[in-house]
Amino acid sequence: MSRGRRQALLAAVLLAGLGVAAVALAAPPSGIVHVPGGSKISRRQLGAGLFAANCASCHGPMGEGVERANNRGAGATTAQGPSLRGVGELAPDFYLRTGRMPLNHAGEEPERQRPFFNSREIAALSSYVASFGGGPKVPDPHPDFGSPAEGLSLFTEHCAGCHQVVGEGGYVPGAKVPVLQHANATEIAEAVRTGPFLMPKFPKSQIGEEDLNKIVAYVLASRHPDDEGGLGIGHLGPVPEGVVAWLVAGFALTGVCVLIGSRLKR
Amino acid sequence: MSRRRAELLVAVLLLGVAACAVMFIVVYAQSWAHLTQYLALCLGGALALLGAALILAGEKLFPAEEEAVEEDYPPTEHPMEQYEANQLLAETAERFTRKRLLAGAATAAGAALGAALVVPAASLGPLLDTKSFYYSPWRRDRRLVNEDGRPLRAEEIEEGTFYTAYPEGAYRDELAAPLVVVRLDPEELEMPAGREGWTPRGIVAYSKICTHAGCAIALYRDPKFAAAEPGPALVCPCHYSTFDPARGAEVTFGPAGRPLPQLPLLVDSKGDLRAAGQLSGPVGPAFWGVRTRRPSA
Repeated sequence: MSRGRRQALLAAVLLAGLGVAAVALAAPPSGIVHVPGGSKISRRQLGAGLFAANCASCHGPMGEGVERANNRGAGATTAQGPSLRGVGELAPDFYLRTGRMPLNHAGEEPERQRPFFNSREIAALSSYVASFGGGPKVPDPHPDFGSPAEGLSLFTEHCAGCHQVVGEGGYVPGAKVPVLQHANATEIAEAVRTGPFLMPKFPKSQIGEEDLNKIVAYVLASRHPDDEGGLGIGHLGPVPEGVVAWLVAGFALTGVCVLIGSRLKR
Repeated sequence: MSRRRAELLVAVLLLGVAACAVMFIVVYAQSWAHLTQYLALCLGGALALLGAALILAGEKLFPAEEEAVEEDYPPTEHPMEQYEANQLLAETAERFTRKRLLAGAATAAGAALGAALVVPAASLGPLLDTKSFYYSPWRRDRRLVNEDGRPLRAEEIEEGTFYTAYPEGAYRDELAAPLVVVRLDPEELEMPAGREGWTPRGIVAYSKICTHAGCAIALYRDPKFAAAEPGPALVCPCHYSTFDPARGAEVTFGPAGRPLPQLPLLVDSKGDLRAAGQLSGPVGPAFWGVRTRRPSA
């Protein structure tokens, strides 16, 4: 290879590298790719495009899941991810509308944030994922038909062990338990049926449709507790209440002691 | 108030302490112990009366001593003083019986109050006879039923969720009665040796009572993607004791000291779940000799 040809090759490689970098920089910082074309392309095309661009690298090109990451060649799967066959529209609708997907790193706990896609994109992705192998539809709960009082006892039985009795969340071995105060009725029902991350799912044989309405009604009602005692103190239960009692009572008692002591001196 | 009256009053208060303490023991022994207000009333009354007796005794019965110490020794040549001294001696002799009354009342109060504080320790359970802890309503061929008493069918047990089961036709409040039932992928099960065939179709059943402090195992951790998430686990909400259902419920985290006892299962010809034998160990918190025997009916 002559010296001139070698230099030309080097320049070409450099240029190609710069081009790749430019493309990478042009993409949104979150790494989310929105399919151009907007409302002109069909829902199915939109779903397929969004899936290929944002989901397939972990869930596999046909939603079959990735057991072992493979970085080589076209259609590279860069990280591990579970299979999406049989999850239906329900799970993708939940994960996308609560901003829990896409994840930054496989295996990390999905957390609620602003959704990355608009509602048309979410609907397109959900129906595209459902086309991999059927599965449940997005549930349609009716909290107006459910009694919050009965919901409280069901919530205590099934949910409060992790989510705390007014849905303030907490910690369990292996996961941070999400707060329920921002979820709407559909999202609550979806979470019950699909069991996101480490939560078990609750099929209809465990929590029937009527009971689910009651639970949703209770969670929505629990956002505005009566606070009969005055301050809610974060609705976190007896521990902060005890701390407040000790602090207030402690200062009051100390004050009384100081008062008695000063009178005795005089 | 004269000294004499004060002494009598103190004695009466001390006897009141004894009476209240005895009432506490009676209420407790009559298994009215759930009436905690009455227990508190008795014990609180005893302590309040004791306080009153001590205050009264401190105020009226003992200050004379301090004054006596401060006084100079009286000169012998004053007859008036001697008369007073004699008078004091006579009074002391007369008070002797009242002193005994006071001492008797104090002893009674102390003994009764002490007994009242010790008696509830009897509820800690049998010290040497632990036979009742090994009782279990489970036996071979007894069906598993749900909260409504309906038999659990093997085919309706789904993966990814958990079920509570009870022995059919038995008293549910027995500690060994409730079970937690989950279904796992049979290929992921790594049961301890000697438990072959206990898990038909990957369905496993363990006691629902935590071996740490006896709370109900009410949490089930079900990873959606086993390759990158922590494995399935049964978790107690009280202190987060964590048990691995795929490995005979061995403890993987938390304060529990023993695995949850496992119930061997079988599926009958109708598809209902039945016990295939007895629980693998005693249920609930540890006690003396807990590892020595298996439960029995």
